[in-house]
Amino acid sequence: MSDTHDYSKGFGARAAVSLGRPGLHDLVSEAVDRQSAARLQALESLDDPEALRDLAAEIRDDALARLDERLASLAANWEAAGGTVFFAADADEARSYVADLATRTGAKTAVKSKSMVTEEIGLNAVLEQMGVEAIETDLGEFINQVAGDHPSHIVAPAIHHSKADVARLFSRLSDEPRDEDAQALTGFARAYLREKFLSAELGITGANFGISEAGALCIVSNEGNARMCMSLPPVHVAVMGMERVIGTWDELAVMLALLCRSATGQKITQYVSLLNGARRSDEPDGPEESHLVIVDNGRSNLLGTRYSSALRCIRCGACLNVCPVFRQTGGHAYDPVYSGPIGAVINPLMKGTDEAGELAHASTLCGACTAVCPVRIPLHDLLVYLRQEYARESAPATERAGYQVWARAWSNGRRFAWFSRVGNRFGRIMGDRVGTRLPLPLLSRWTRPGRRLPSFPDKAYRDERKGAGG
Amino acid sequence: MTHERQPKKVILFPTCLVDLMFPDAARAAERVLGRAGCNVDFRAQAVCCGQPAWNSGHVEAARRVARGTLEALRGAEPIVTCSGSCTTMIQHYWPELFEDTPLESAARDVAARVREFSSFVAELISLLPELRSARVVTYHDSCHMLRGLGIKDAPRDLLGAIDGLELREMEGSERCCGFGGTFSIRYPELSCAMADEKVDDAASTGATTVVASDIGCLMHICGRADARGVALEGRYIAEILEGSMEEGVP
Repeated sequence: MSDTHDYSKGFGARAAVSLGRPGLHDLVSEAVDRQSAARLQALESLDDPEALRDLAAEIRDDALARLDERLASLAANWEAAGGTVFFAADADEARSYVADLATRTGAKTAVKSKSMVTEEIGLNAVLEQMGVEAIETDLGEFINQVAGDHPSHIVAPAIHHSKADVARLFSRLSDEPRDEDAQALTGFARAYLREKFLSAELGITGANFGISEAGALCIVSNEGNARMCMSLPPVHVAVMGMERVIGTWDELAVMLALLCRSATGQKITQYVSLLNGARRSDEPDGPEESHLVIVDNGRSNLLGTRYSSALRCIRCGACLNVCPVFRQTGGHAYDPVYSGPIGAVINPLMKGTDEAGELAHASTLCGACTAVCPVRIPLHDLLVYLRQEYARESAPATERAGYQVWARAWSNGRRFAWFSRVGNRFGRIMGDRVGTRLPLPLLSRWTRPGRRLPSFPDKAYRDERKGAGG
Repeated sequence: MTHERQPKKVILFPTCLVDLMFPDAARAAERVLGRAGCNVDFRAQAVCCGQPAWNSGHVEAARRVARGTLEALRGAEPIVTCSGSCTTMIQHYWPELFEDTPLESAARDVAARVREFSSFVAELISLLPELRSARVVTYHDSCHMLRGLGIKDAPRDLLGAIDGLELREMEGSERCCGFGGTFSIRYPELSCAMADEKVDDAASTGATTVVASDIGCLMHICGRADARGVALEGRYIAEILEGSMEEGVP
């Protein structure tokens, strides 16, 4: 099932599409439960995971506090190792840089490893337009590409596809019937992609971390595809969000310990690739050109604001896995790129509240996200702050007036008591019909999906107390 | 842990939803506190913590509502509330809500005195009369209770002190039920889809009573169960205790 959500409509409409999709809830909930259980188990292998999370938050805050210095040092050291650096202010600049690179090097095929920032900047569409075949080589992203789909999860992008979906998609791609056998389907993808790796002129990756003291990038993966993307083609370009820089190798050890455990429940991923510029003259392999594109694209909107902690994010997806809303809707109801609680926070901020402000309300503020975040982003508090901006700038006048009326009644004991007497009498007479028969939208929205109102009492507690001389 | 000297006087702050719609729950809390040796005061000008507006981003409305409650709750005695969620609002968010206002220090004072009912009573458990019940119940960990206040054991300790009561833990007891205050009416269908999972998890324990420390969750979970024809009644924790005290008297 491909993503047919309409992003010009609100979150509620998109959530309805997701809720109406047979099987989606089971696919998503099974996947996130598995990941969450694995995360908990992996954290047990740490002496003091809570202290490590504190440390990780500090490391990220420190990097953000001197971001200019860290990025300058990363760039200088990367260039010293024979690499090239480009700072892209927005998506357009980043896309253009990679597009120009493809043109200059005459690339016909580009192999890509999993990278949310390239999804964010819409890189594939631009490459396709210029006639460059951009192939996703992460299995999940490959499935999505064959399906014509967006990622529905930051770490596990194809959890919305069942094995049957994948068999059907791969059958269509290969013009051959394929069984719903995970190993056989993976084997097919592996063989298909191997050809692409060997023929591609351009390799595109993301970067999990940039280590400024070393001018190095770190990329974690479980499929080995990232390593091939960065070493087989003659030209490699890594696209990195500007906030993903840290200072030292020691800091990397801390971040890796938490990233792998939080993302996939592993102590360490199958591959941890470190790269530092282009192939040296005495080295037998590696790319001849190594480019690093550092992307802002709205991230600096968050710097120095009460939202800056969101830039600590290392895209582990743990907050998606525990989110009770995500588990119902999957990622597509949020945004084509960043979904779940972190997506609900950063989309409005990076794009501007007007475009995505509604996402901040796509949460019960249950705090499960905050409880698992390895870098201690207070996600549910940030959502409340975003709602404050929405309330001030974009909320409909009726909503604002409604809260004013409510505040008047609820701010005074006598007015509240009067309301309770009238409201309860009314409720007792009408019962559930208050939701269906009366023009009271708040009550009708309560009962609309099939949810009864509680029975209305004879007296509010305060009136009982008074009667009893309390 | 039992405290040698229990506070003589406490203020019971039922919170608006309990006060308005669930007076039985407030009365139960009052009686349990009374049996635990407390002298229970009620302040009629304390209505609401302001959370519905705060959570929706309407800070001014939240402050306006919370101000009256804050003024009414001044004093020295502990303030016992009938909601984990409202306790979280007062304890964690009032200092921020009243920051840089003349009421900031008063807000910090109230925040330091506010106590969630079950964790307060759990410390006085030895003062309660014999508790007995034949109920089979399951317990829902409401979000602010669990993650806001970090209270998971206290309500279970209380249920465990009731002779004959069986607590059957449900799958995913820590997962949000989908109420979320205004979320429940902003996204009603999604909210109910979330409730469905909770209803199913609760019902599959075989218990027909779901207990919680937040009545908003119960109103939502059981309103949905009722509409689906699933036998599941919601009980605020104080109601279970009160009922068990009565059953404990021969």
